[in-house]
Amino acid sequence: MSKRILGSALAALAIAAALPAAAQRVTEINFYYPVAVGGPVTKTIDQMAADFSKENPDVKVNPIYSGTYQESIVKALTAVKSGKPPQLAVLLSTDMFSLIDEDAIVPIDDLAKSADDRKWLDGFYKSFMLNSRTGDKTWGVPFQRSTIVLYWNKEAFKEAGLDPDKGPATWEQMVDFAKKLTKADASGNVTQWGIKIPSSGFPYWLFQGLTTPNDVVLMNEAGTETYFDKPQVVEALQYWVDLSAKHKVMPAGVIEWGTTPKDFFEKKAAMIWTTTGNLTNIRTNATFPFGVAMLPAKKHPGSPTGGGNFYVFAKTTAAEQQASLRFIKWATAPQRAAQWSIATGYVAVTPAAWETPEMKKYAQEVPQATVARDQLQYAVAELSTHDNQRVTTALNNALQASLTGSKPPADALRDAQREATRILRDFKR
Amino acid sequence: MPRSRVAVTPWLLLLPALALLAAFTHWPALATVWDSVLSTPRKARPAHFIGAGNYATMVDDEVFWHALVNNVVYAIGTIPLAIALAIAMALWVDRRLAGRAFLRLAYFTPTVLPMIAVANIWLFFYTPQYGLLEQITHALGLASHNWLGDRRTALGALIVVAVWKEAGFFMIFYLAALQQIPPQLAEAAALEGASRAQYFRRVLFPLLMPTTLFVLVNAFINSVRMVDHLFVMTRGGPDNASMLLLYYIYQVGFSFWDTGYAAALTVVVLVALAAIAFFQLRVLDPRTHYR
Repeated sequence: MSKRILGSALAALAIAAALPAAAQRVTEINFYYPVAVGGPVTKTIDQMAADFSKENPDVKVNPIYSGTYQESIVKALTAVKSGKPPQLAVLLSTDMFSLIDEDAIVPIDDLAKSADDRKWLDGFYKSFMLNSRTGDKTWGVPFQRSTIVLYWNKEAFKEAGLDPDKGPATWEQMVDFAKKLTKADASGNVTQWGIKIPSSGFPYWLFQGLTTPNDVVLMNEAGTETYFDKPQVVEALQYWVDLSAKHKVMPAGVIEWGTTPKDFFEKKAAMIWTTTGNLTNIRTNATFPFGVAMLPAKKHPGSPTGGGNFYVFAKTTAAEQQASLRFIKWATAPQRAAQWSIATGYVAVTPAAWETPEMKKYAQEVPQATVARDQLQYAVAELSTHDNQRVTTALNNALQASLTGSKPPADALRDAQREATRILRDFKR
Repeated sequence: MPRSRVAVTPWLLLLPALALLAAFTHWPALATVWDSVLSTPRKARPAHFIGAGNYATMVDDEVFWHALVNNVVYAIGTIPLAIALAIAMALWVDRRLAGRAFLRLAYFTPTVLPMIAVANIWLFFYTPQYGLLEQITHALGLASHNWLGDRRTALGALIVVAVWKEAGFFMIFYLAALQQIPPQLAEAAALEGASRAQYFRRVLFPLLMPTTLFVLVNAFINSVRMVDHLFVMTRGGPDNASMLLLYYIYQVGFSFWDTGYAAALTVVVLVALAAIAFFQLRVLDPRTHYR
């Protein structure tokens, strides 16, 4: 009796021991991804992972939802420090320097060596690669990328006597239009603002929508210098502050990023600046016809890019890194990039994706989607330096100080520049 | 033999709790103290001993001092108001009135809701132009105000949320305490001709003192600990106007990855909290009991 139990237990053990041996040929990839826009992102990612494993039975991708972008970088870096990094993650393109400084990631060109791989890496929009390369190396692969665009309410334009089919093309025009669009009730309370440019959370990004058209960049490519106190930068901030302080066409104080699209649906703001990633959201909820325009030009049009890149992590096996690369290549192939763009509102990352039949059909149905693509030729890298969060926090504080009226733009930006120089001192060689 | 077994048994019984406390409270606290005297490890420079270096940084760190002042304002703003409201609500629902259970539930609801959900709701209360608060002020003919986007009102707006969240929780303790007070005292006071205000001031409030002390300790700790709504509502902004200590520690530790400095900040907050709790329990406690 007891012998039989022992025998079957041994057999079970033997089977259990044999199982992992058979499974060992499958390479497992833990893939951290954040969710930053509305829509069924989790479902889409799970489906992608399942489809990939079906086509590549030797690789198993485990998608792990890791929260917001901020929570995802915290989780990824904590995992790195504990010695068990994920193999693959989607994190902000601006996290590149932080990840390099922590020795957390490997350069993509060390993995993608074949001629075919090279061709694939050269297939992305150049402006998306600006935040993916530094020091002649490619560290990230564009995946869920966006830019800032201007949405306008065509009905409000008609009421104000403006051409409903034309958004503002220049800074002067935007102020002009906004003045006509700002409406107040009998007691002087504004019921509809002309323009809202959000300034909570990450105002530096929206600020780049003003500095870029003014023909100035905020940092060097090596991420060791910032130019916050240049006259064109001060001029850009002065324009932003003047929208509320002088022209009274934008509410005073900090404008919440999260509620800005709702302000637009509620007709409390006739024009708003927000990410292209909100296109699907606004299409679903706006009860009026709306237009999408590139950000207005000062010297030329321009916007920063934003959003997330794929990163392959260090301290993983060569087989895992190669498998990760295969998944990235698969996920950014034209057809998949097109599907991802349509499902989320992110800009499809390669010109080839826009040539797929699906994307062509979508562009016809939703012509607004092509605005972001056309703006890419004027786009610059999102602000990213070594010790990135600290430097951007310094700029964010300066912007908010000016927008709330506690410091004039020149003083605020000079303080931010001094702070940034101090932080970056150690990284200059 | 039996004597030594007796000595072992209590320790064995204590072991599970002791192990958990040591692993998750005492050891991390000690490790934090140790980390606070090391530099933050960077790529080329591993952590090394810098003594009070991180503490010296703190002296010159404007944001730290600003967060500290904000935290004091936050504590002064939330604690007395939350306690006063809790007592008022407890007295109200302690009486025999119709729908008493429902009223108690309503007061307790804010405590049950997760802070992040609460913060998202309040975010829309405060939204300029069409938020709930704005609709009320608009109906009264008052001017529009951007509560969270103005340096002068952001912290106040957060205090209101904290009071709303905490008062219901403290009410439960006061309600329990009120039910322990024998009804004869009220009858005796009535016979002596004491007014309701006199009864409250001379009898009820002194009898509630042990509860008040307990609530006070908790409220102090919460005024440092409860920062969840900052993540949703202001992120410490505009320009650090609503920055609180714990949120700042999070930012330094997990946004800036300056772990050494974050550890030093944590030690300072821990010591301050321990000192306050010690003062409350050692100095105030002996004086709180009704004699």
